[in-house]
Amino acid sequence: MTGAFAETAAAPPLPYRVAQRRTDTPDTATIVLEPVGTALPPFTPGQFAMVYAFGVGDIPLSVSGIDGRRLTHTVRAVGAISGALHGVRPGQTVGVRGPFGTGWELSEEAGRDLLVVAGGIGLAPLRPLVRAALAELGRYGRLSVLIGARSPHELLYSDETAHWQAGARVLTTVDHPAPDWMGDVGVVTTLLDRAVFDPSTATAFVCGPEPMIRATADELVHRGVAPDRIRVSLERTMHCGTGHCGHCQLGPLLLCRDGPVVTWTRARPLLLIREL
Amino acid sequence: MTDDDGAAVIDKDGMDALVAVLAARGRTVIGPTVRDGAIVLAEISGGAELPYGWGVELEAGTYRLAAREDGAAFAHSAGPQSWKTFLHPPRAREWSADRTADGGLVTTPDATPPPSYAFLGVRPCDLRAIAVQDRVLTGGRHADRGYRGRRAGAFLVAVECTEPGATCFCVSMGTGPAVGPGYDLALTEVLDADGHRFLVRAGSEEGEAVLAELPSRAADTATRTAARDRVAAAADRMGRSMPPVDLQGLMRETLNAERWDDVTARCLTCGNCTMVCPTCFCTTAEDITDLTGDHAERWRRWESCFDRDFTHLPGGPVRDSPRSRYRQWATHKLGTWYDQFGSSGCVGCGRCIVWCPVGIDITEEAHALNRERASGAGEGAG
Repeated sequence: MTGAFAETAAAPPLPYRVAQRRTDTPDTATIVLEPVGTALPPFTPGQFAMVYAFGVGDIPLSVSGIDGRRLTHTVRAVGAISGALHGVRPGQTVGVRGPFGTGWELSEEAGRDLLVVAGGIGLAPLRPLVRAALAELGRYGRLSVLIGARSPHELLYSDETAHWQAGARVLTTVDHPAPDWMGDVGVVTTLLDRAVFDPSTATAFVCGPEPMIRATADELVHRGVAPDRIRVSLERTMHCGTGHCGHCQLGPLLLCRDGPVVTWTRARPLLLIREL
Repeated sequence: MTDDDGAAVIDKDGMDALVAVLAARGRTVIGPTVRDGAIVLAEISGGAELPYGWGVELEAGTYRLAAREDGAAFAHSAGPQSWKTFLHPPRAREWSADRTADGGLVTTPDATPPPSYAFLGVRPCDLRAIAVQDRVLTGGRHADRGYRGRRAGAFLVAVECTEPGATCFCVSMGTGPAVGPGYDLALTEVLDADGHRFLVRAGSEEGEAVLAELPSRAADTATRTAARDRVAAAADRMGRSMPPVDLQGLMRETLNAERWDDVTARCLTCGNCTMVCPTCFCTTAEDITDLTGDHAERWRRWESCFDRDFTHLPGGPVRDSPRSRYRQWATHKLGTWYDQFGSSGCVGCGRCIVWCPVGIDITEEAHALNRERASGAGEGAG
């Protein structure tokens, strides 16, 4: 209520220029944005921005890369706004608001094994976390990254994830293999047997479709990981990002404020209620 | 003019003066007035426009104006609008964006100067509702600039409740009928053999200044006693009440109750309850462009959690069934609001009961949920 808090709700987005665009999969692209003038405050892995396509609208997009003042987002074209953002080209300008929401929080994970489990585009918000962990490998225990996708051509960042092998156990599986696919086939939880982590102390970071999150988190609990040490990133409709539009409620949570990253302790009972 | 505690008494001419003084201070005076067969909240230019001699008859799904012989101005309870219409308006521009010749983007916050309102006739329940919206819209990490501007400029004249409606339940929500903090001036209307008058108390410096400009006399004991008695009597005449239990816990523990199926069989998911609720704050973003295609605006408009698209995700709405949407509204209002904003989202004004086209009564639903829980059925997993 005082000057300590910025009047950031209902504030206009800041202009960011598209510096690079790369096609990841047939419907997904990764765009690198740099501020035209003033930059937003720094983002942490797991947080999201509201990214605005001129005249069309804005949607929440997790940061899939953080590089100084530059923000990277990976967007899948599924609607009018995501379609417009998917279609931007270098040199064009979009609007960005943020940072919003909770992050993955690596600060208190020193010495622990880190287990990252991603389904589909769920790898996008986890990428800056993996990069941060790889940048300080000695600080943590072992790092495992398990990646699942529907088919080989929907795997994100394949060039980069191959390089992650140098510092992490990276395992990949697909639901529907192509003829030339030589890797694993099946849901991402089938990879857990080959991940390297001590369930009694490891911290897990999970993002993907909600059924995948539930299956993964329940399996991790079954294997002895404490629900408080499992962090999941959830998705709901968001129009403001600032806790005022009411759309992102999940029971007691406003996911733009109390999430998107929440512990499995918090999320599980809420996700068990149908249509909460 | 006034005695030790500053309380004073004004007559009807003092009420006329109050409207005039507030207007002379540059304020847009909004108060109850009879229009279109209802007591609405609208700009008034004089005390004569107050609904002297009008009351209302309320029931679930029913609202009727009723003439009163006593000539009272404030012997009516909540009408179809609430003060959020002015503080958190149905449509508001947030910012605009212009595309520059080189393909750039310039964004500009909305520069509409905040209005300077005076609200005349804020009921204790509605005064609490304003405090609830204050916490939602300006109490968190991100404060809403537009709301803060409108709110900071508003002068609140509260009126204690002496004539509760059949749908009122402020006593069980702890919000009335006596006025709580947050007013600039508080009135209590008294009609008896000594005449038609208003006990006035100031709750702020500006309230004291305004009161000093009114033709008034120091509050006498008879008027004070009559005012206190009338408010106390109103507390005993509440039309409805919530079950006397921890409502937050009740909502959390009955998420899978069968009662939700019962109410869903009646609910039309029209969203009327959310529109008339003085605390419902949900909005949607609306992006428009002009004919040049180079100027765009972001508008915010009221949205209802009863809309199927409210929880739209690429895979479909999260809350698809009407059952889940009514449950969201009721459990948010009575339960999860505490988790999110530290208070109840319900102030007991009864508007949602009155303006529900099929007369769904949130107090009746809460009682039914309480009975079902007591019977051991419908235990939620929450």
